[in-house]
Amino acid sequence: MVELVVEPADLVSVARELIGASDMADYQNIFTTVQVRGPLEYGVPLGPGNSPRDGQPFFSHWLGKIGNAQFGPIYLGGLGLASIICGIIATTVIGMNMLASVNYNPIQFIRQLFWLSLEPPPPSYGLSLPPLNQGGWWLIAGLFLTLSLFLWWWRTYRRARELGMGTHVPWAFAAAIWLYLVLGFFRPILMGSWGEAVPFGIFPHLDWTAAFSLRYGNLFYNPFHALSIVFLYGSALLFAMHGATILAVTRYGGEREIEQITDRGTASERAALFWRWTMGFNATMESIHRWAWWFAVLCPLTGGIGILLTGTVVDNWYLWAIKHGVAPPYPDVFPAITDPASIQGAKP
Amino acid sequence: MRVLIAIMAAMAVLSGCERPPMDAVQHGYRGTGMAQIYNPRTTELVAAKQEVPVAIPSPGSEGPRASQVFKNVQVLGDISAGEFTRLMVSITAWVAPDQGCVYCHNPANFAEDTVYTKVVARRMLQMTRDINSQWTQHVAQTGVTCYTCHRGQPIPSAVWFKKKDAPYGANFMGDKAGQNTPDPTVNLSSLPYDPFTPFLLGNESIRVNATTALPTGNRQSIKQAEWTYGLMVHLSQALGVNCTYCHNTRSFQSWEGNPPQRVKAWHGIRMARSLNNDYMEPLTATFPDHRKGDLGDVAKINCETCHQGAYKPLYGASMLKDFPELKEVRPAPTQVAKK
Repeated sequence: MVELVVEPADLVSVARELIGASDMADYQNIFTTVQVRGPLEYGVPLGPGNSPRDGQPFFSHWLGKIGNAQFGPIYLGGLGLASIICGIIATTVIGMNMLASVNYNPIQFIRQLFWLSLEPPPPSYGLSLPPLNQGGWWLIAGLFLTLSLFLWWWRTYRRARELGMGTHVPWAFAAAIWLYLVLGFFRPILMGSWGEAVPFGIFPHLDWTAAFSLRYGNLFYNPFHALSIVFLYGSALLFAMHGATILAVTRYGGEREIEQITDRGTASERAALFWRWTMGFNATMESIHRWAWWFAVLCPLTGGIGILLTGTVVDNWYLWAIKHGVAPPYPDVFPAITDPASIQGAKP
Repeated sequence: MRVLIAIMAAMAVLSGCERPPMDAVQHGYRGTGMAQIYNPRTTELVAAKQEVPVAIPSPGSEGPRASQVFKNVQVLGDISAGEFTRLMVSITAWVAPDQGCVYCHNPANFAEDTVYTKVVARRMLQMTRDINSQWTQHVAQTGVTCYTCHRGQPIPSAVWFKKKDAPYGANFMGDKAGQNTPDPTVNLSSLPYDPFTPFLLGNESIRVNATTALPTGNRQSIKQAEWTYGLMVHLSQALGVNCTYCHNTRSFQSWEGNPPQRVKAWHGIRMARSLNNDYMEPLTATFPDHRKGDLGDVAKINCETCHQGAYKPLYGASMLKDFPELKEVRPAPTQVAKK
């Protein structure tokens, strides 16, 4: 039997009560206040074809504040190792290009880091192979980053299978990889130009996003963009509802789901009743996670569809929305104007 | 202690922001976000720069012509000698108040063209007349004078030069593609930092949007949209306005339901381009090297050169009404004098 060590985090509040400071707000739920520690756990035995797990596991008080206090051992394996190597190659190519762009000045590298970028090739190169410094590095970085993601995906799939789990995590990850591939691979190929792809940089990719919307007539009117936002904000809402509900019933042990589901008067029943009383309907301990999974997965799935249609099928989303009665007309408040380029025959 | 750390972290995060309150002015149909946001503290600073100097009373257009009284008057020969003298005194106050007449003139012989600034000033007078007579779609009857740009300085506070490409190792990696640098030209964004060379000197296409819902052959790329975006950020900065001052931002392409200011801006872009090509660039050989940019190019005009943060230069006050001689249609073009 495992000997449980309970860290007396509540001693502080006990002391406060003793000195008469108990009225002070004390949000016990923000961090895990009681750390349950047994001996270090090495996990289940693995079957043939698996690598040994790496590293000497240890306890960390600070990790215990936000989750399990035990760190490691890690399963690395061939896929993990290959993925990390590809990832390191990609980040090195990106980082060295950024460093070279400030003439190898480390201070400017730090100061300008959020502005620096590795840009895709100019559109004039189409889908051909450009010189290294004209987007060639971008293609190399993209290739290795994609390899790294694929390998990591495969690793999550294999680990899930080895543990006898469902493959929900890899498929959720695949939804994100779908959006990544649409942005940097599928859509540029359909458009016939690597130059349509996203730069590797913090602000540059944000400016790219704004320019993308500007170029294609306001992404606001793209219905798949709208759906994606619904699932994005919906995910945040669901996460807040679920997280808040469980935290609100931890005083009754609400986080121990399985013991709770069938019994009356438990944390689980209170949580369910709360939502049935406030909005008539409640998700169950199981279905709330189905809700969360689908909302999260549909965000990049629908977003990716919206991006893929932009420029390939629809060139100006505002005009598309006007054509199909999606965008409402507003009364004209300005005197009518005409495009001066159309009057004078001047070049735009 | 923890609260102190939290407050300091919040202050560090917010240190890049402008503090509230802001003034929001509705500029379009209600509920559509068509509003102008002004920071009253910035507006105060801009307003201080828009003061109009008092005009010297005009001696009238009667009397002998300037060309009859003074030697080597190539541009203003058609105005009266009194007007001419008044204009020269005014220009000194507008352009070179500290340096005085000698900034342009050889004190021993005012008629001489030996000082390069005199040659430039002559060309600038022709430009001013050109703007006031040929570009009324942008400057209307308000017009411009030397002061519109110079504001008491020999070189207007906002001019632009071509930007040198950032140096990088051996041309092997690290191409910035003309962007990704915190540059004030584009309000410290990572957009292309020299949007002037292609659009205000060259004649590249500013429009990137398709004019049809479905693809019909518009080949403008997202990268080109970034260049246009850079130019538009400059316009916004130069005029101290938001995008919605000229655009109904639900569609940047459509002209329908757009503020009329957009037409003014359209002509303004063409005006700046024309002035840079017809007046500034040809003066390259006239200017000494120390007045030129890194690439040996002459100082050039953009929106900020005149606007200096205001939606209309000098908030729309007309100095031209006191100096009608700056509006007259210029006589036959005069050759730029050789040094």
